[in-house]
Amino acid sequence: MESKFQGQDQTLLQQGHSGFAADWSSDQRVFKKVSWGKAMMWILLLSDTFVFACFLVAYMTARSSTTVDWPNASEVFALHIGGHNFPLLLIAIMTFVLISSSGTMAMAVNNAYRKARVPTALLMLATAALGAAFVGMQAFEWTKLISEGVRPWENPWGAEQFGASFFMITGFHGTHVTIGVIFLVIIARKVWRGDFDRDERSWLSSGNGDYEGVEIMGLYWHFVDLVWVFIFAFFYLW
Amino acid sequence: MAHSSQTAGTHAKAAVDEHGGQQHPIRLYLLVWGLLFVLSAASYYVDYAGLQGLLRWTLILIFMMLKAGLIVAVFMHIAWERLALSYAILLPPLALIGLLVILLVESDYTVATRVMEFGSR
Repeated sequence: MESKFQGQDQTLLQQGHSGFAADWSSDQRVFKKVSWGKAMMWILLLSDTFVFACFLVAYMTARSSTTVDWPNASEVFALHIGGHNFPLLLIAIMTFVLISSSGTMAMAVNNAYRKARVPTALLMLATAALGAAFVGMQAFEWTKLISEGVRPWENPWGAEQFGASFFMITGFHGTHVTIGVIFLVIIARKVWRGDFDRDERSWLSSGNGDYEGVEIMGLYWHFVDLVWVFIFAFFYLW
Repeated sequence: MAHSSQTAGTHAKAAVDEHGGQQHPIRLYLLVWGLLFVLSAASYYVDYAGLQGLLRWTLILIFMMLKAGLIVAVFMHIAWERLALSYAILLPPLALIGLLVILLVESDYTVATRVMEFGSR
């Protein structure tokens, strides 16, 4: 019970909008009950939101200012399987793979807060495997489009800006997924070895069962999925 | 031994309390996961069925916003954070609407200039 009163008196925190005003005008730390790690991750993700938004708005500008027809994504990203043409099939599979990885990540965070060491590590590794599969399919997609003659300055189907928009947007997103996979493996390894359970401080955990690093990793991973939701809607479906 | 493990337990609890530990029923996550699958399938179906025009764009935007909302609210725990943090994250992106409008106007001007200069379309 004593622990609840350490640092800040949590019972005095106001709720709702008066709490919002009080937190921002308290002349102290604004984000109460939020660790610095989580606050910093959110600030990174907020700035990343603007980066991706700039790409998507630039794509919108290019697409709505060209006098040439925009290539039909439904046909460009179709797959031929057994003599039948499935529109946008590869992108749909990539979407489901990424959503599945978000689900396993959420399960990992849930297990982390129950301090279930092994399930947390295994679920994070499953998330990393799905993420790697996503990047692999993206590499396949890039290879296919490049072999069909798509370049940042030209393509066989229409407006020249298509290639630049495609490589920029999906490339930047793929880089984010790749970085996420690397970090997932690093943190999964630490969880697996029990680093977060020991009485040891590191930049990822204050030790003694502090698994918040997993949740912060989860924030990044869900953000990557979130960005894909917008790319899927605006670039592939529009 | 018993004493030291108890101390470690108290420390861990203190750490969780301080960070406002996010623990929610696993059924909620499974429900959201399922909903994301259904919404993705629905937005893919919009393309598969070949819907066009206003209906297509409306459906795409609705499914997109629902998916984004579920991910941010539940998976990223914004629904349970204090408003001071939620608003700091959710309000600044609204400025992007301004960027969007400005560049829509700009691209309209650009395409008009191109049509006048090159005479196509």
